[in-house]
Amino acid sequence: MAYLSNIIFAILLVTAIFFFRKNILFVKRNIQMGKAIERKDHAQKRWSNMIRVALGQSKMVTRPIAGILHIVVYIGFIVINIELLEIVLDGLIGTHRVFAPFLGKAYDLLIASFEILAALVLICVVLFWLRRNTIRVKRFWKPEMRGWPKKDADYILYFEIVLMTLFLSMNATDLLLQDSGDPYYIRAGSFPVSELMTPLFSSFSPSMLVVLERSFWWMHIIGILIFLNYLYYSKHLHILLAFPNTYFQNLSPKGKFKNNETVTKEVKLMLDPNADPYAPPDDDIVLEKFGASDITDLNWVQLMNAYTCTECGRCTDECPANQTGKLLSPRKIMMDTRDRMEEVGRNINQNGTIQDDDKQLLDDYITREELWACTSCNACVESCPIGIDPLSIIMDMRQYLVMEESAAPSDLNNMMSNIENNGAPWPFNNQDRMLWANEN
Amino acid sequence: MNIPTLSELSAEGKKPEVLFWVGCAGSFDERAKKITKSFIKILHKAGVSFAVLGSEESCTGDPAKRAGNEFLFQMQAMTNIEVMNAYQVRRIVTTCPHCFNTLKNEYPSLGGQFEVMHHTTFINTLIKEKRFTISGSVYKGKRITYHDPCYLGRANQVYQAPRELIKKLDAELVEMKNCKSKGLCCGAGGAQMFKEPEKGNKDINIKRTEQAMETQPEIIAAACPFCNTMMSDGVKNKEQENKIHVQDIAELISKAEDL
Ligand code: SF4
Ligand code: SF4
Repeated sequence: MAYLSNIIFAILLVTAIFFFRKNILFVKRNIQMGKAIERKDHAQKRWSNMIRVALGQSKMVTRPIAGILHIVVYIGFIVINIELLEIVLDGLIGTHRVFAPFLGKAYDLLIASFEILAALVLICVVLFWLRRNTIRVKRFWKPEMRGWPKKDADYILYFEIVLMTLFLSMNATDLLLQDSGDPYYIRAGSFPVSELMTPLFSSFSPSMLVVLERSFWWMHIIGILIFLNYLYYSKHLHILLAFPNTYFQNLSPKGKFKNNETVTKEVKLMLDPNADPYAPPDDDIVLEKFGASDITDLNWVQLMNAYTCTECGRCTDECPANQTGKLLSPRKIMMDTRDRMEEVGRNINQNGTIQDDDKQLLDDYITREELWACTSCNACVESCPIGIDPLSIIMDMRQYLVMEESAAPSDLNNMMSNIENNGAPWPFNNQDRMLWANEN
Repeated sequence: MNIPTLSELSAEGKKPEVLFWVGCAGSFDERAKKITKSFIKILHKAGVSFAVLGSEESCTGDPAKRAGNEFLFQMQAMTNIEVMNAYQVRRIVTTCPHCFNTLKNEYPSLGGQFEVMHHTTFINTLIKEKRFTISGSVYKGKRITYHDPCYLGRANQVYQAPRELIKKLDAELVEMKNCKSKGLCCGAGGAQMFKEPEKGNKDINIKRTEQAMETQPEIIAAACPFCNTMMSDGVKNKEQENKIHVQDIAELISKAEDL
């Protein structure tokens, strides 16, 4: 019986890790539904991007208020995770504050810094909640945020409030027990924040304090394990994917769009004066689908983008189309891509392979009206704090519409036939290109 | 105006130092033609040996590519590349950021390797090389706000060259709240120029014009023929065309220098 709690702890931990691993493998498999794209060049530049943008949060501060709040929560998250290591070891071995004897004075410092960070995180998270729900910052109330996305954002904040409160309450009761001389609660740590909370618990008897301390301890770690498994369902997945996402982001100038190699081959053939027009079709040219109408037509970086999106809405906020009341929202493009990818993922889980479900990303998720409203201005790409490229998806889908369905708006069809016939988007004769030189 | 074409020059066995890519707007659009001529005056003044392609020039394919027609784009691109490679073109300057971006970024993977410059960068180089100076004081102290074209700014990180030129005009450069990497699109890019906007509550060019008007400018400086049209329409819509003038940077310079 003496080992009962260690065993329960080990089972909980292993179960949580098991499900977490399973979910991560789903994420990986779903991302791999995307097409290949070369993103391994310039390793040094990629590392530095990741360190600057993901680790260093450099693009967060372009919006100072949200940026600074986020950085505090982020640092808190990373540093407080050191404490998690101790908690896990204590749980497995059955010790209490196992690091304390080894670290001596440094342990006091460590615990004190966790406490201060926990308090700061609490403050920031409350401010985040107020921004969303009381100040109602506009971008958090766009149509695509209705339902689950809104709840998800709030749940994450509640989770963090609960976890931080449990952490501090655990320390407060621990401190009282240390003061009571209970031999199990060795004198360890310095508690600048939770010592202010001790009056809340000082009326309890020592045995009741032990119950409380243990409950807080267990609820805190269980909460963390639940949160770990919540990531898969949440925009909070960005805390992991922001790193690979910034590593693999596009390094070319933003104005360079993808070149379609299949088209290149065909065009070369057409322009080659020596080509035999009656030659049998080249076997090398596989009849490839142009552009994207579903997630399997996108590349894996675009799919990873979708999983990484935190739904912060900075892209949508900067989007000229969205600002002027058009349906297009680059954030929605990313959310739709993720939703559809998860739907296809569930389809595979159920059937083993993708079974036709009579749905696709185009029309069932993203409408044509949204796609045609884009000015390709790159404001969304520029503003994303973690290197997501909604524009590339829009462009791939337009390519599908034009090249597979010939479904461009009629004005654009006119423009294109002008280019085809006259070499200019307007109906002018190419021979007249120099007329301006003789006009005054 | 006597404008040499590449075919004429090469018939004489001559090679210009740079090809001026006029672009469809610069060739056909009434407003944009003025920009073309202003830039040519600057080239003449600086003694730059240049040529144009004339009727051998064809749309870069930019609007086709941004509309999603990769096939038409590549047809245009490869035909243009063939022409330019036959003339062994090395350097290109253009007054259109869309042409600039397409020639610079999209043509290399189709066999067109050129050094491509936007005219604002090119004029700056001429000044640095002491081949051209801006000394006129027509714009001294005038409030000028500059609208960043998306395909020059965000797409290619050219933010400084146009601003340096405005400062050389001795004008007061007043920045909009949304400028440089945060600049708002004029609404023309991505082939929007050629279609009606989707349903919304405002046109993008109106929104951008409002942002420009917040700086109380006398002039809105543009560096793109399409932005120029969009902003001019915006100013007209606000009935401010007598107070606020939309001018390309090349036009400002050529006027300042009385060219
Ligand atoms: S590129 Fe398109 S989606 Fe992105 S901000 Fe510009 S208009 Fe909006
Ligand atoms: S794409 Fe980037 S900027 Fe847009 S909502 Fe997602 S994380 Fe935010």
